Amino acid sequence: MVCKETVDFKKIDEIITECGGKKSNLIAILQKVQEVYRYLPEDAMIYIGSKMEGLSPATVFGVATFYAQFSLDPKGKYEIKCCDGTACHVRGSMPVLNAIKARLDFEEGKLTTKDGLFSLETVSCLGACGLAPVVVINDKVYPQMTSDAIKVVIDTILQEENK
Amino acid sequence: MELTIDINKEQELAQEQIKAQGFRVLVCGGTGCVANGSEKVMAKFRELGANVSTLTSHDKMTVVPTGCHGFCEQGVLVILPDQHTTYVKVKVEDVEEIFNSHIIGGQPVERLLYTDPATKQHVKKNDDINFYAKQTRTALENCGHINAESLDEAIAVHGYEALSNILRENNPDAVIQEILDSGLRGRGGAGFPTGLKWKFTAANKGGKSYVVCNGDEGDPGAFMDRSVMEGDPHKLLEGMAIAAFAIGADEGYIYVRAEYPLAIKRLRKAIKDAEERHYLGKNIMGTEFSFELHIKEGAGAFVCGEESALIASIEGERGMPRPKPPFPANKGLFGRPTLINNVETLANIPVIMRKGAKWFSSMGTETSKGTKTFALTGEVNNTGLIEVPMGTTLREIIFDIGGGIRNGKKFKAVQIGGPSGGCLTEEHLDLPMDYESLTKAGAMVGSGGLVVMAEDTCMVEVARFFMNFTKNESCGKCVPCREGTKNMLKILEKIVQGKGELKDLEILEDLANTVKDGSLCGLGKTAPNPVLSTLKYFKDEYIAHIVDKKCPAGVCTALKTISIDADKCKGCTKCARTCPVGAIEGTVKNPHHIDQSKCIKCEACLNSCPFKAISKA
Repeated sequence: MVCKETVDFKKIDEIITECGGKKSNLIAILQKVQEVYRYLPEDAMIYIGSKMEGLSPATVFGVATFYAQFSLDPKGKYEIKCCDGTACHVRGSMPVLNAIKARLDFEEGKLTTKDGLFSLETVSCLGACGLAPVVVINDKVYPQMTSDAIKVVIDTILQEENK
Repeated sequence: MELTIDINKEQELAQEQIKAQGFRVLVCGGTGCVANGSEKVMAKFRELGANVSTLTSHDKMTVVPTGCHGFCEQGVLVILPDQHTTYVKVKVEDVEEIFNSHIIGGQPVERLLYTDPATKQHVKKNDDINFYAKQTRTALENCGHINAESLDEAIAVHGYEALSNILRENNPDAVIQEILDSGLRGRGGAGFPTGLKWKFTAANKGGKSYVVCNGDEGDPGAFMDRSVMEGDPHKLLEGMAIAAFAIGADEGYIYVRAEYPLAIKRLRKAIKDAEERHYLGKNIMGTEFSFELHIKEGAGAFVCGEESALIASIEGERGMPRPKPPFPANKGLFGRPTLINNVETLANIPVIMRKGAKWFSSMGTETSKGTKTFALTGEVNNTGLIEVPMGTTLREIIFDIGGGIRNGKKFKAVQIGGPSGGCLTEEHLDLPMDYESLTKAGAMVGSGGLVVMAEDTCMVEVARFFMNFTKNESCGKCVPCREGTKNMLKILEKIVQGKGELKDLEILEDLANTVKDGSLCGLGKTAPNPVLSTLKYFKDEYIAHIVDKKCPAGVCTALKTISIDADKCKGCTKCARTCPVGAIEGTVKNPHHIDQSKCIKCEACLNSCPFKAISKA
């Protein structure tokens, strides 16, 4: 099971200072917080909303839920982004996505595996259309994927993790 | 104004530095080629090149990581500029052969040269590769030819020359006039005359104003802005500085989508380097003109490509569009006059200022001047990024530059301009690509994404795909877009599942027109385009789905049946072993049969059959 972590408010303070405490830096602050926790813990959002001038927890929550990049649930150690932009779609990204879903053990309706190792999302274009269809796992781009090729990629990661 | 930097001298120095690099090996370091392993290729070249002086007449060899060449499909690309040779699909194992045979022995490695899909011949010289030969590069002129992370290499190819001239002449109005005369129009989609936008913003001179670069390239299938930011970042910075000087701004933002980490990294380095050497920041080139530049990372919202939503996002809010007027030129970022231009538009500026408005306006058509980049993707042989004069026909782009359709398939349609654009058909192949012609045909230039579709693409499914995208990306502020896209999607889903009725088409069209007329921003106003254009040109496919309950392209799962031809089947059992759900029954050497109630239509059997006995309908 994935446990939600307790938030280190000192760390959040550091992030706010680093980005600058202006309201216009909220998105950058949330991005940094997500880098640390791999999601936005509720306590962190409440803290930021109460601490920063001109913001409320509700505003922070509003911004966090507006942008696709932010997740309110913990993401996996390996974040899989399966591109379903037009070029990837036309060249068969759906079979690749289905192969990932079939290979990994996702809970019904959730896109993070039970062991917290993988999370899956579809994105709408990574700008690597010449290599379609592409899958990105933790910033590494895997070009010209097929349903078989992605299984090999995932199996290799599983092996490294001794699973 | 008096300048402390002599750009001509800097240019000479930079060019000498390049000469001092000796034999140059350009290796593409764009996102595409990095994914294909270009970093390993570079390392291997560096390792071998260390003792080049003992093996050849060159006293030095330098491996230069460049930005994207545009020919992503053929990556990793390696160019030996002195030899005019381009190697394609280079793997780390090939490096030694290129080094020994070509760099030492002077003998090109034939098997790694580009093969022309039409003639099946290896192409020896860069300029003879059709993909490049038919292009005219302005915004992309340096992409792939310089070290994207070096300020000096940018200076060597005229970087900051235009800015230097403009600062010396010190006449902002003349700059605006030059851009007006060039006929440059916004490359982000709408095609608004750039010079006019500058003029409107400059009219509010006096207090604080901003220049914002829209690098939120959200259209799926478009990656020209990524290539400019990754391959020639200084050109963008120079363009922004010129714009800031013209409109009287001293601060600017580049809004880059978070999906482009490499572009963000290179821009950050470029800004730091330029500031250190006084090409940006306080007192540029020793003059009174200052321009401070920041980067804002997006967070994954397509609507932020809309200028007022982008402003909201920079201000740290939900990226929702605001009603216009007031236009950003009057009241934009933090309530101040703001000039917003797209990456490609700004990348054109330094070139126009250097070569003149006349030169730029000599290219293109009556109303659409200059060149435009297009991201050519989908079912075409040469996918990649291209730049051609406005008015070039689709046929030239897809068949000459693109090398035709992959795997000998038949051309069906091309989708232009992403989720805001439309689908065009064979009858439009000779249409000149300019703002007016495309809008008239029901599509739009948009950001320039061209997704080529072949006979096996279902146009109803494509319409559903785009509607799903816009429904997800609708910000929810205005009702027509929020509810309209949702309901259009519902109808399209019904049709692809074979549950559509004829009256749905009327409702669909009616809804599409309502969303188009009633939405607040460009996202909603253009969201129905894919539906309207496919309804116009491919109505027969909609009708086939609704009346005949058939998908002519054989894509829509609910309408597809996969069957085995008993006469052709030899009973080899291969398909039965491949089927993941055990839906194929039969005994050895006897014709097999698919149990339709079990079949999930994955088509795995289709590809496994050695006798082509399995077909879909």
